[in-house]
Amino acid sequence: MLIEAAVRAHQSKTRKKFRQVSSPLRHELLLKLHLHSNPEALGLVRAALERATEVMHFPEPDSRAIVRSVDEALANVIRHAYKGRSGMPIEVVCSRLWSGKDTETPKGIEVLLVDSGGAADPEKLKGRPLDDVRPGGLGIHFMKQSMDVVEFHRKAGKNLLRMVKYLASPKKLSVVRGED
Amino acid sequence: MQISARQSTAGTIFDVVGDIDLAHSPAMRKALLGEIKEKKTPKVFINLKNVRYIDSSGIASLVEGLKASRDIGSRLILFALNPAVREVMELSRLQKIFEIYENEEQALAA
Repeated sequence: MLIEAAVRAHQSKTRKKFRQVSSPLRHELLLKLHLHSNPEALGLVRAALERATEVMHFPEPDSRAIVRSVDEALANVIRHAYKGRSGMPIEVVCSRLWSGKDTETPKGIEVLLVDSGGAADPEKLKGRPLDDVRPGGLGIHFMKQSMDVVEFHRKAGKNLLRMVKYLASPKKLSVVRGED
Repeated sequence: MQISARQSTAGTIFDVVGDIDLAHSPAMRKALLGEIKEKKTPKVFINLKNVRYIDSSGIASLVEGLKASRDIGSRLILFALNPAVREVMELSRLQKIFEIYENEEQALAA
């Protein structure tokens, strides 16, 4: 399946990137969901993610932040990438991240979202100033505020969004957009 | 999500139960704008006590309702926000834009 191939390629590349840097992180698959671009599916994803973050012992505010970020990202895929069309494929892959040989305490959670909709508009990925009180444009702001890493990639006709939340680590936000 | 309306001497109260997300925010938007724009109710209250989650589309519906109420000189008042909903209002920096009260009694007296 094309989406799975894109996820595998991206995870492999991410692992290589981490190996090149000082702290290699191992990925352990925690949850993989194939869903359609139907708004009704969002409640199910939120419930599954909430449980996954509980299993990983994220503090409640962090758990809410992860659930909120993934929910907003999926809503953006449905509304913008698929322009509201239902029944289109979306894949959500959650992995537990481990540091080095540590098998006791996970480092954090990585969530990958893959869709085959239209390319994201770089302008919309910036979000908007919050002083401008008007409907819309808040989703990307929630994601950037809540997660430690938010990366957008366009690869082989697919949108890949990678988000990471670390367990009890200093807040360090990285927002990257790249095309291969 | 379920939304129901009841009348009080102070105005119309919407009781919302469930998650206000992409699937359900259009229903809330429709109910709110109908009450504000069509019925021109002077005070509209939203009881968020049983709302566990609100996303940016739900916030957008509330902002639309607020703008519509300001346009006609009426008031949109929120009450009984749980911590998760309050957190989203703070992230959106809207907690000072909306009239927000701890409970129904305080909201109706406002």
